Amino acid sequence: MLYREAGQFKTSYSADQAMLTIPLDRVFVVGLTIFAIVGIPLLASEYLIASILIPVLILSIAALGLNILTGYCGQLSLGTGAFMAAGAYLAYKIATNITWMPIWIVIPLAGLCAAAIGIAFGLPSLRIKGFYLAVATLAAQFFLLWLFVKVPWFVNYSISGVPTAPPRSVLGFDVTGATATNEAKYLFVLAFVIALAWIARNMARSRIGRSWMAIRDMDIAAELIGIRPLPTKLSAFAISSFYCGVAGALWAMCYINTVEPTAFDINRSFQVLFMVIVGGLGSVLGSFLGAAFIFLLPIFLNSAPGWFGYTVAGDTITHIEFMLFGALIIFFLIVEPHGLARLWQIAKEKLRLWPFPY
Amino acid sequence: MSRPGDILLSVKDISLRFGGVRALTDVSFDIREGEIFAIIGPNGAGKSSMLNCINGFYHPQEGTITFKGTQRRQMRPHEAAAQGISRTFQNIALFKGMTTLENVMTGRMLKMRASLAEQAFYIGRGRQEEIAHREKVEEVIDFLEIQAIRKTPVGRLPYGLQKRVELARALAAEPELLLLDEPMAGMNVEEKEDMCRFVLSTNHELGTTIALIEHDMGVVMDLSDRVVVLDYGKKLAEGTPDEVRGNQDVIDAYLGVSHD
Ligand SMILES: Nc1ncnc2c1ncn2[C@@H]1O[C@H](COP(=O)(O)OP(=O)(O)OP(=O)(O)O)[C@@H](O)[C@H]1O
Ligand SMILES: [Mg+2]
Repeated sequence: MLYREAGQFKTSYSADQAMLTIPLDRVFVVGLTIFAIVGIPLLASEYLIASILIPVLILSIAALGLNILTGYCGQLSLGTGAFMAAGAYLAYKIATNITWMPIWIVIPLAGLCAAAIGIAFGLPSLRIKGFYLAVATLAAQFFLLWLFVKVPWFVNYSISGVPTAPPRSVLGFDVTGATATNEAKYLFVLAFVIALAWIARNMARSRIGRSWMAIRDMDIAAELIGIRPLPTKLSAFAISSFYCGVAGALWAMCYINTVEPTAFDINRSFQVLFMVIVGGLGSVLGSFLGAAFIFLLPIFLNSAPGWFGYTVAGDTITHIEFMLFGALIIFFLIVEPHGLARLWQIAKEKLRLWPFPY
Repeated sequence: MSRPGDILLSVKDISLRFGGVRALTDVSFDIREGEIFAIIGPNGAGKSSMLNCINGFYHPQEGTITFKGTQRRQMRPHEAAAQGISRTFQNIALFKGMTTLENVMTGRMLKMRASLAEQAFYIGRGRQEEIAHREKVEEVIDFLEIQAIRKTPVGRLPYGLQKRVELARALAAEPELLLLDEPMAGMNVEEKEDMCRFVLSTNHELGTTIALIEHDMGVVMDLSDRVVVLDYGKKLAEGTPDEVRGNQDVIDAYLGVSHD
């Protein structure tokens, strides 16, 4: 007994020490956020902001969304692209028809529409699981995209079918469409990223996050302790689709400046899924790491040979890219389902204990 | 208000069939306020099925269950949970990807009222509840002496500790009736002693009524106030441990006298 008491004191002491890292983490996160708001627009090049930071941030929102559904709640979805498309088309529709509405309201509103659609396609999840549910969400992917292309109402009967994003401003600065500066778009996107990441974190540590994880880990036991499966799963579908819808709207309005179906096809669904797997299932940080990694890897592969004076044919690079993605997905699925976020955490633990070996 | 000795749960003429299998046949017994009630019997006797009926996971074809004076036939598990019945499982049913703390917090789920917005922005009840329930959960964690594994994902814990975390999750709900399905199965002697101690102090200090299934007769005799014996889905005997131990039918069942 005495020995065990002593052991417990020691372990809870080290657990207490772990609390120290939390203020440190907070300093880090706050510092990074301030740098992203102030430093980046002043220091970063136009190319970095327009072609890397904006898309990576928007995809991080989509990855957060899918992570809520798949990583936290355990419901596999291949319909991410479709829910993004819903956000994009409906944001366009709302922005062009209710012109007085501020754009910072239009985009969450489009997210809410996507959430409603997400609930509809989440209904089968009460009955079917895993692979079969993935197929059902695949149906959403194809059906919704088909719908947006086929029904010209969504694009105000535009002849081309690919309308350009309307210019809208916040505080007098254009933030959407081709006329907006990259810095303004970046800050507009960043505002959504900060808010949505903070909300995701709050949900993860609250009752709703624990109900999602309980359903993910063992749905029968979850029901026995009083968690109702259907509302819980549907809330994950709704909130996940909300995030994806916002991401899709921002993608159309602030990145590609047009509303086009090819931006949200099945490849997008897979891309976001890879981000979640590589970044870490069930991790807010992982959603960001995964988005950055998956988006940057092809860019890196394309430019790396040039840095060393080699020229490699484009299709060879594409093949290497596919092989690398395949290997990474398998590695993370089998060896480290918690992804880059977990590797980062392990590195931190090592650092905290350094220089002692254990 | 009920006093110690009043009937908390009354099971009457319960029959449960799975196709041709008669898991339970006309079983009746009462569980009294404040007691430790044991359900024993050979493998496949229908003990787990009985607990599953009590907490609404199985719906018996015949019979009634009365809890705190209210009779019910069909009830969903979450309703039973809301009325104050918690349980643990024969095969541990923890949430493997969550930490001990998070698992135990799920036991308080039904007591939380914060809206989605309050949780999303971590304001109002969203924040107050997290703090208030965390305090309650820390009490349970201290009570069961699992402080050191608070932040450990339960999937990484050894079997004996997982059983303890599962008990913690059930206790966090502050149940009036606690159902334990073989809480000591697969444990070594030391772990069993700890678990017995926790079951007893739950009963004595928290005043929780407990119904438990256990194979270890020594444990049953030490812990329980009253025992019911099931065999092939039927009630063989009911009484104090001593009465049951002296019952010839029970001795036959345990010695495996052939049924003809
Ligand atoms: N869900 C089910 N479907 C079909 N048959 C079941 C089901 N649950 C239990 N049974 C059957 O009911 C009978 C009683 O099972 P139960 O699990 O209640 O026994 P037990 O007394 O808990 O046994 P053990 O000591 O092995 O845990 C067994 O014959 C079992 O096969
Ligand atoms: Mg059993």
